[in-house]
Amino acid sequence: MSTAAETALRARARARRSGVADDEARLGRLMLAPAVIYIVALVGLPFTLALLYSVSNVTVGSTGFRIVGIENFRSAIENPTFIRALRNTLVFALISQALVLILATTLALALQKNFRGKWFVRLLILLPWVAPISLGTIGWLWILEPIYSVINWTLRSIGIFGPNTWPIWLGQPRLAMASVITVHVWRLLPLATIILLGGLSSIPQDIHDAAAIDGANFWRHHFQITVPLIKPILLVALMFGLIFAVTDMIVIYVLTRGGPYDQTQVLATLAFFTGIDGGDLAAGAAIALFLFPVLAAGAIVLLRLARRSEVV
Amino acid sequence: MAIVETRDIKKRFGDSIAVDGVDLATKEGEFLVLLGPSGCGKTTLLRMIAGLEKQSSGDILIGGQVVNDLPPRARKIAMVFQSYALYPHMTVAENIAFPLKAQGAKRSEIPGKVEWAAEMFGIKRLLERKPRQLSGGERQRVALARAMVRQPDVFLLDEPLSNLDAKLRTMARDELQQFQRRLATTTIYVTHDQVEAMGLGDRIAVMNQGKVRQLGPPQQVYYDPADTFVAGFLGSPPMNFFNQDNVSAGFRPEHFLPKEVYQGVQEPLINLWFHVNRVENLGADRLVYGHLRDVFQSEKVIVNLPSTLHLHIKPGAAYEFAIKEQDVKYFDRTTGVRTEPKPFWKRA
Repeated sequence: MSTAAETALRARARARRSGVADDEARLGRLMLAPAVIYIVALVGLPFTLALLYSVSNVTVGSTGFRIVGIENFRSAIENPTFIRALRNTLVFALISQALVLILATTLALALQKNFRGKWFVRLLILLPWVAPISLGTIGWLWILEPIYSVINWTLRSIGIFGPNTWPIWLGQPRLAMASVITVHVWRLLPLATIILLGGLSSIPQDIHDAAAIDGANFWRHHFQITVPLIKPILLVALMFGLIFAVTDMIVIYVLTRGGPYDQTQVLATLAFFTGIDGGDLAAGAAIALFLFPVLAAGAIVLLRLARRSEVV
Repeated sequence: MAIVETRDIKKRFGDSIAVDGVDLATKEGEFLVLLGPSGCGKTTLLRMIAGLEKQSSGDILIGGQVVNDLPPRARKIAMVFQSYALYPHMTVAENIAFPLKAQGAKRSEIPGKVEWAAEMFGIKRLLERKPRQLSGGERQRVALARAMVRQPDVFLLDEPLSNLDAKLRTMARDELQQFQRRLATTTIYVTHDQVEAMGLGDRIAVMNQGKVRQLGPPQQVYYDPADTFVAGFLGSPPMNFFNQDNVSAGFRPEHFLPKEVYQGVQEPLINLWFHVNRVENLGADRLVYGHLRDVFQSEKVIVNLPSTLHLHIKPGAAYEFAIKEQDVKYFDRTTGVRTEPKPFWKRA
């Protein structure tokens, strides 16, 4: 074989070997593609549609489409149910997050210590997160059921309530709100606890030892050393929790459907009932989008705070 | 100021024993160094004295009082950690003030005390900074200031210099000793670095495998080692050992010198032929690697010659070296414990 042919052959072999995996620019784009497609198709597109719907008059029943501007938002604000739902959303989100933060910090601190059967307790705490949300909530539906409720049954057997005096957990306005908040806290607690456990374990033992030597008692140690050091992670957990509480509807949908008399109606459920069940897509989109600017601004502020309080 | 005492103190972690019956007592205002290789139990011992670790058995006394069940904050101690353990979210001033606040000092007294401590360690200009804005040396001073500010009875230091670079370490060592002398606070200092131990300690407790092998002033521990572990652990390069029957004999590399150096010396000498294999010139010293003959069956020897000794030494040649009889130490070969001199070679 002539040398020229040999060289050509070798060059071709080399070209065959250097495939797409060697072209980093192309490979990078290729690997990013699934994520980009996913976000555009399943987040970007519906979001744009929602934006568009919220300023239109689109309904399930007709093919008419006209831009009506902020008309949907104005009529939402004028609707007393919407105002009620807005207030409920804030109460629901703020109270549940306050409880989650306190309970998750306590739990995380307890779980950091070594004790017998720790793995079992960890498993129990993680369980609500692993179980399908609707399934868990249906379990709670039974627990809070007026006639067959285990809580009422227990309270009655130890003699706290007589017949016909026991509470109807999901039927009395205040109790209904307290119940949905309780279930929501139960559900979010595992995630928050795990996030905080991660934050706690990132504090070097030396810092805790130094605080002990320096004479800090439990409260000083906790609020002046531990909490400031996990503040960035606390804020991130808080942000996720708030967004979750405002945008999620499964717990309320399963337990009360917003009742009684809209006492547990939140924006997410109201948007669903108006847009999907009621067929008024435009009004539903407007309700759903109402808190978007507030949430986005809140998220930015919390992330900024988290970065500023990062210390190590 | 207080005396720290441990009585037959033990610490078990599961099946392993970290500290195995240590009896130790400091003197008033003493600088006591716990020296040993990593894993010898020295840090565990210090943490038990601090109250960060509970002993499995035995008693700890501070100032004559049994403190077994007292939490760290009630023991009137201060501690400096290897990592310094500064609170990263607080300024230097807040770091130094923290122990004062935690122990309920009067609010009006705190700024003055913080200033006093900062002045002593020359860190006044750093008071408003956060730990991450400080260099290693500055952090170490802040850690010392935070420990000193409450004027503790006992000062515990866990390898406080090991995170500094070599040059800074020498300086910090000198300063540390000056502060300790000035405050005259009883100090227990943990290190694996024999140079620090020799340079700082009033006394050194050499530890190995959870036990104190020898306790004494630096010179004594160095020149009169109690066993082969202490003899081998201290000194760099380590002691040269020779085994014969049931006896181990050892001498330090800097004691075995050319015969001429010992001219006019009164003490009895041992003369030996030294066959040189290799010479390492380290600047201040020359390390000469070689071996002995005759009864020593070509055992390897390292000799440390100061560079002030102008002597031409060539690899491959043999020279007449000598050592004072008193500089050769004898140990029981099985137990490693020091024994009476049992010279197993001929006197020259």
